[in-house]
Amino acid sequence: MKVGIVSYGAYVPRYRITPEEIGKVWGVDGKSMSKGLMINCKSVPSPDEDTITISVEAARSMMRRCSVNPKEIGAIYVGSESHPYTVKPTGTIVAEAIEASPHLTVADFEFACKAGTAAIQTCMGLVGSGMVKYGVAIGSDTSQGAPGDALEYSASAGGAAFLIGADKVITTIDNTYSYTTDTPDFWRREGQMYPRHGGRFTGEPAYFKHVMSGAKGLFERSGTEPKDYTYAVFHQPNGKFPTRVAKQLGFNDAQVKTGLLAPIIGNTYSGAVPLGLSAILDEAKAGDRIFAVAYGSGAGSDAFEMTVTDEIDGYARYRAPTVKELNTNLKFLDYATYAKFRGKIILGSE
Amino acid sequence: MRRVAVIGVGDTEFGELWDYSFRDIGIQAGLAAVADANISADQIDALYVGNMSAGRFIEQEHIGALIADYAGLARDHIPATRVEAAGASGGLALRQGFTAVASGLHDIVVVGGAEKMTDVSDTESAAIQSSAADQEWETVLGATFPALHALIAKRHMHEYGTTREQMADVAVKNHKNGSMNPKAQFQREITRETVTSSPIVASPLRVFDCAPSSDGAAGVVLCPLDMAKKFIETPIEIVGSGQASDTLALHHRKDICTMEATKVAAKRAFAMANLTTKDVDIAEVHDNFTISEILAIEDLGFFKKGEGGKATEAGLTSLEGEIAVNTSGGLKARGDPIGATGLAQVVEIVTQLRGKAGKRQVKEATVGLAHNVGGTGATAVVHLFRRV
Repeated sequence: MKVGIVSYGAYVPRYRITPEEIGKVWGVDGKSMSKGLMINCKSVPSPDEDTITISVEAARSMMRRCSVNPKEIGAIYVGSESHPYTVKPTGTIVAEAIEASPHLTVADFEFACKAGTAAIQTCMGLVGSGMVKYGVAIGSDTSQGAPGDALEYSASAGGAAFLIGADKVITTIDNTYSYTTDTPDFWRREGQMYPRHGGRFTGEPAYFKHVMSGAKGLFERSGTEPKDYTYAVFHQPNGKFPTRVAKQLGFNDAQVKTGLLAPIIGNTYSGAVPLGLSAILDEAKAGDRIFAVAYGSGAGSDAFEMTVTDEIDGYARYRAPTVKELNTNLKFLDYATYAKFRGKIILGSE
Repeated sequence: MRRVAVIGVGDTEFGELWDYSFRDIGIQAGLAAVADANISADQIDALYVGNMSAGRFIEQEHIGALIADYAGLARDHIPATRVEAAGASGGLALRQGFTAVASGLHDIVVVGGAEKMTDVSDTESAAIQSSAADQEWETVLGATFPALHALIAKRHMHEYGTTREQMADVAVKNHKNGSMNPKAQFQREITRETVTSSPIVASPLRVFDCAPSSDGAAGVVLCPLDMAKKFIETPIEIVGSGQASDTLALHHRKDICTMEATKVAAKRAFAMANLTTKDVDIAEVHDNFTISEILAIEDLGFFKKGEGGKATEAGLTSLEGEIAVNTSGGLKARGDPIGATGLAQVVEIVTQLRGKAGKRQVKEATVGLAHNVGGTGATAVVHLFRRV
């Protein structure tokens, strides 16, 4: 039995804001910020969008593309660091929305930006052991950046859902490996509105150490190397980090460009690798091999290697929008509207 | 007064040393210096430690006893003293050690300097560094350290025609020197354009005009010159030591383009050494900003007031120039862990005078000068060294 992805779906809000527009407000050179981060614009959720609506949109697209009976789904896990409720699951709403309730297990996951890929691993275990026939793993976020903080130029919104099973898989997941340490580079405590971070500490000892170790660990275990893969996708807090890590590992631009979305959508946190993987699945052909490494602050990485199967030929990708299509018909916001959308304007009491 | 020699030097790499604590790096540098001097711990008579603000950077005071303890010297109960004068803490600690040996109070003295700056946020680090300026008349009104040096730079450009490019040349030279120093925080060469296109910090100063925040430690071992040959073959004598102070606030100076404390400290050091600027082959000067190096080489007397920028542009301060300035990479490229900086300068001078500086070695270097500044020039310490 080969466990893999049976179907997938993605969602990204259409609103965007540029680093130049944000920098204008804070007296920062937005152009050089944009160049430094390799982010041209970032997605912004509208006032009626949150992690639940994004997860539901992605899950509905996932179900539309396949003919799986939702009642056969035995588990739904939603990974996010912006679940709208502190207590009350996101996943139950997703389950109702795709008509998978009530005979299933549901839980919300949190591991900074890699909770979605942790959900994929959990579903792999449940399907592989025979406990459930299908499991749904979602990574989605409406991530927060404090006004004026460096994060404000990148923190964005989006997500993707994956139906994990062992029947009619469009990709097999051949190997997965995780690398985890206690490295406090980025955190948000109970009741705090915005996360805090260790500045440059989030780079070398956090992102780069864990992504590199995750990737190398998987190469060792699978006996593969960069040239064996058609595509590669890495967690993308900006455009610069994944580009650098890909180069250090020995991947070329052609392998990386399809899954590199940060330049046009920013950092979708738990949605980042799931969305990059979705963009790859939007164009992948049978036999293509995919390498993916997600990173979550705190800190850990989840690495995957996958192979696209012949099932992709009959798979109804067309029934839901591709990531490319989600990135068209954009609406650019000024900072004032963005501040209103993101709840950064405190209204007086009546 | 007894003649004093440096018989051992040691240091850590400078940079973001997140795998080490303050006490780790203090001990690493101290042990390296002690090993270099061929002495054993029980021969040490006293310890001086230069440190600006461990209380705020790592919430640890009582640094003298801490370093003595973790160096394994607690059982010997040696006197351990912390010295603080903002950026000049290291240089001033050296002067305390020098005085103690010269006076005959102690024979073998270890002088260390350490700072751990990257365990706090950038904003916090900037605030701590700015506490070296006048809190009531400068800092509280919003003047940061880069802002005060930007005022100096603007005035120097106005008075003497110093150009944006000449300031960039200081950084280009120091990064080039740093590229030959395996302990430097930045070991990559840069161009004028790297400097002039980097983000503005306080106009006209840009990111590449400013020394970085760094973690690091450095230490030296001193003893009377007449004992030195018992331990090593190539002792380096401290032939001059000068210290001076000035107004704490920049706006109280009669001329912000001149650091009078530097001039006076240098005059005192040269008088003690019976040397002139012409005798100096190499100098480590306090380039916490590019404009600071231009002021320093003027105020130390190497170039006329107003000529520092032009001299730099003409290459007179390069490794092959009239006087090699900041051969280690300086604060700009080697890094600036505040309390360690004054001693890292000494490590470089001693290494050069021993002829052991590798690719960046200045030929036939005999006399070296170390110049360490606190605040915007309220404290200056100058030491002169000579190969024996």
